[in-house]
Amino acid sequence: MARLARLLYFRPRLVLVVLLLPPMAYLFVVYLGSLFALLVNSFYRLDGFSGLIVREFTGTTYAELLLPANLDIFRRTAGMALAVTVADALIAFPLAYYIAKVAAPRLRTWLYIAVTIPLWSSYLVRVYAWKLILAKEGIISWFLTLLHLDFALDWVLSLPVIGGPSLSISPIGMFIAFCYIWLPYMIVPIQTALERVPGSLLEASGDLGARSWQTFRNVILPLAFPGVVAGSIFTFSLTLGDFIIPQVLGNSRYFIGQAIYSHQGTSGNLPLAAAMTVVPILIMLVYLLVARKLGAFDAL
Amino acid sequence: MAEIPAVEFVEVSRVFSVSARDEARNVRAVDGLSLAVADGEFFSLLGPSGSGKTTCLRMVAGFDWPTSGQIRLHGRDVSRLPPYERDVNTVFQDYALFPHMTVQENVGYGLMVKKIPKAERSRRVEEMLDLVRLPGFGDRKPSQLSGGQRQRVALGRALINHPRVLLLDEPLGALDLKLRQQMQVELKAIQKRVGITFLFVTHDQEEALTMSDRIAVFNLGKVEQVGAPSEIYERPASAFVAGFVGTSNLLGAALAKRLTGREETFSIRPEKIRLVAEDQQPTADQYAVEGVVREVLYLGLYTRYQVEVAGNSDLLVIEQNLSGAPLEAQKARGRKVRLVWARQHMSPLTM
Repeated sequence: MARLARLLYFRPRLVLVVLLLPPMAYLFVVYLGSLFALLVNSFYRLDGFSGLIVREFTGTTYAELLLPANLDIFRRTAGMALAVTVADALIAFPLAYYIAKVAAPRLRTWLYIAVTIPLWSSYLVRVYAWKLILAKEGIISWFLTLLHLDFALDWVLSLPVIGGPSLSISPIGMFIAFCYIWLPYMIVPIQTALERVPGSLLEASGDLGARSWQTFRNVILPLAFPGVVAGSIFTFSLTLGDFIIPQVLGNSRYFIGQAIYSHQGTSGNLPLAAAMTVVPILIMLVYLLVARKLGAFDAL
Repeated sequence: MAEIPAVEFVEVSRVFSVSARDEARNVRAVDGLSLAVADGEFFSLLGPSGSGKTTCLRMVAGFDWPTSGQIRLHGRDVSRLPPYERDVNTVFQDYALFPHMTVQENVGYGLMVKKIPKAERSRRVEEMLDLVRLPGFGDRKPSQLSGGQRQRVALGRALINHPRVLLLDEPLGALDLKLRQQMQVELKAIQKRVGITFLFVTHDQEEALTMSDRIAVFNLGKVEQVGAPSEIYERPASAFVAGFVGTSNLLGAALAKRLTGREETFSIRPEKIRLVAEDQQPTADQYAVEGVVREVLYLGLYTRYQVEVAGNSDLLVIEQNLSGAPLEAQKARGRKVRLVWARQHMSPLTM
């Protein structure tokens, strides 16, 4: 035993190999391997008559993605992801700022727990809770009726694209649930970024004559921007891939996740499902490239 | 003082409440402080950490507010004004340079937020970079600068708005000794050139003595003494000042009464006391006491003696090593000696 210890002590590389081999093997075989299998599958095609997968290299499955119905799905999903991301950023920033820079240390701890505690409960439970909250007989309708504001709700629901028969079956209801579900993922990175900004920088800005909004625009926002981008990567990608909320709160119009789910399940079109998964990956790649161009990773 | 002071504290207190229920636990960081700083003065707030000096500076800057009392800048009460409406600027202890901006943008920040046109801004930034001796550094980021260079950028940034009072919060604390001494000289020169009031916070008594026109010595939220460096050093008003600024011997009431007839505590600096032969008689303006050398420490430039004196704690004596005598001094341990000092060097402690 002592000899082995001595052997390892003088061969740090060997230690590294021993330590890294299991996780690296897992990463390459299971993680990248399945991703590769997915990619390969996306280049096969489904024979329309026999319903069998033809294992030949072809681009026809990708061509199918360009059908108007599919493009509609991508547009709808990406639009929702963008809307949720912007709304979450706007809601999260003041909250994160309060937690990081204003609240006393004890209150800060409690707020931090309050923000993260929903993540301890099941995602499904929370989505169904929203189904009840948003339902026609739910608390929101009840409360608005009480205030004689139900006409406003009816008006919103009558709007094209975002409206629907009730909040619990409409894009606006989905938007509300998405915003709620992913909000902690936006708050925490922004809060972390803000905590890394020394208070003296804000004081220095005010000292040099900057009013609060000038300090916000010139100092706080640029320094917290990487946190906003990190949070937006979460909210954007999580919304892109989600298929539960659209199923529970949505109407018959599919989101990417639902389309993939039904293609690989009911219709057995694994190649199309695989090709569709490549779409959010591509959208995320573009998103990250734009973020890098905006300088979001400069301060990392 | 007929002239209106540049900075004036009027009965200022700042209480930090720790517990709303328990008043006694509240911290009185600054406690009923009154102080006036004349226009154009290099004024130091000197004291140990937690003595309230930084809180005072922050209240002048506007980052903190007095619980009671007033802070006046050139006669105007600014206690309730936000920092951006006060004609003061601050050099921060950690410099607080904006990491995402270049040196140029940092120095020009005060002009930028005041919407000064770009051409004038860049001209004044150039001038300022010359003044703090950083010409050609404008395009660098703070992370590419050394500690001393960042210090200069922070100074330039604070001076660009031409404030009437510059606040400096231990600005040299993070620099090494050589650089610190160099910056001390430079700061003083810049203050002479721009001719504005410097309010300088430091815990380094040597720094305060070398740089200041006047010093306020802080302890426990109060000012113990205000005066020119030589006054503070030669005539400490309290045991705290005597001990904090340089080293001092305290002559207790018992010994003092024997020498002067007054039952008071006095302080005397160790370098004012001379060791003489036992039989040497003091002159009329001198006091003398007998003692036994307990310890001798040779320190190159000088030698330190610890002398036991009847009826008092041990007295510290410092003698410069002017001749070869210190070689023999090594053998002085245990020897009976006579300590002599001029009467004028003894100062009574009023507090």
